[in-house]
Amino acid sequence: MVNWIWMGMIVISVLFGAINGKMEQVAEAAFGGAQTGVTVCLGLVSILVFWMGLMRIAEDAGLVSKLARLLAPIVRRLFPDVPPDHPAMGYILSNMSANLLGLGNAATPMGIKAMQELQTLNPDKTVATPAMCTLLALNTASITLVPTTIIAIRMNFGSLHPADIVAPTLLATIISTGAAIVVDRWYRRKAGRPPKYIQPTRPSSASPPSSPPPRPLTPPGGG
Amino acid sequence: MLDLIQLVSTWAIPVIIAFIPLYAAFRKIPTYESFIDGAKDGFSTAIGIIPSLVGMLTAISMFRASGAMDAIIGLFRPLFERFGVPADVLPLALLRPLTGAGSLAYVTDLIKEHGPDSFVARIASTIQGSTDTTLYVITVYFGAVGIRNSRYALKVGLISDFIGFFAAVAACWLLFGLV
Repeated sequence: MVNWIWMGMIVISVLFGAINGKMEQVAEAAFGGAQTGVTVCLGLVSILVFWMGLMRIAEDAGLVSKLARLLAPIVRRLFPDVPPDHPAMGYILSNMSANLLGLGNAATPMGIKAMQELQTLNPDKTVATPAMCTLLALNTASITLVPTTIIAIRMNFGSLHPADIVAPTLLATIISTGAAIVVDRWYRRKAGRPPKYIQPTRPSSASPPSSPPPRPLTPPGGG
Repeated sequence: MLDLIQLVSTWAIPVIIAFIPLYAAFRKIPTYESFIDGAKDGFSTAIGIIPSLVGMLTAISMFRASGAMDAIIGLFRPLFERFGVPADVLPLALLRPLTGAGSLAYVTDLIKEHGPDSFVARIASTIQGSTDTTLYVITVYFGAVGIRNSRYALKVGLISDFIGFFAAVAACWLLFGLV
């Protein structure tokens, strides 16, 4: 997908450049764009070095697990079909706390571990469970407290108040995360009764794990 | 209320910067050593995005210089401006769920073209900061455990991106537009 967008933009640029007689500007822009890219990244070094140093202190001081404990009561309600004492819950909480603190590098491995644990509860290993979809929805919306990269770029281009986007970002991220939770809930209900989970500790005699209930492979309502 | 929200912007970062080392000191963590340890990662992160940002910025700069960007944005300008949305953020709405580097490059381009404190650049910055790259997250998370049928996950991600886009525009109108 990204490959096509990238290639498409370049090819269309050359076509438009030819039609508009702006070939010279297009050629200049190619090198100018590359230069801006490097300049911007070098400008990011200062803030990212400082911020990631600060965030390492937060990590070492146990702020991630502290935050996870605070979030636990809310998060358990978002994942009603994951047992509260299951290891998956621990990883989900770490993933969300790390996201909240802007620790992207720590959040992703935690999220993947959470997915692996959720997979052990999954009767069909190729189809996502509702809990997996909820975890994904939370990660795509990604609550961010401080958008460091953007602040750094604004600073490098001489903004008078580089940090004044913190408040609107927070407002927007709360709304989009709320929306993600609501929409996820809606689809979860629409998809019908949640599938029976494999109970690793005590298999129930009523439904033997060898015969999971039939379930549509494609989401109802079509693509 | 607005003053309170503006206050969050000014105070959030200094308070976080002071709180974290203080908290760590109470927990008997060697703050400075931790800092140096983590700071090393910042350098490689910043350098690590050079290739993708250069690639995307080159394509976007060419696209703008050729006049293609104006042609496309111009088509949507009347519709967007009726709702108080600068049409220049339209490409961002399309790029954001697909490619993190691409949308970051476009925000950089807008900041460069319109100035960092322009309304357009502020909206773009808010959109960039308030959501993640939906397609990338789905690929990484589901790919890691071999899920092939993602059911409704993509729809949920895209719908919340769509709502987040308007939330970002509304938040900027609320905080910067009425001044």
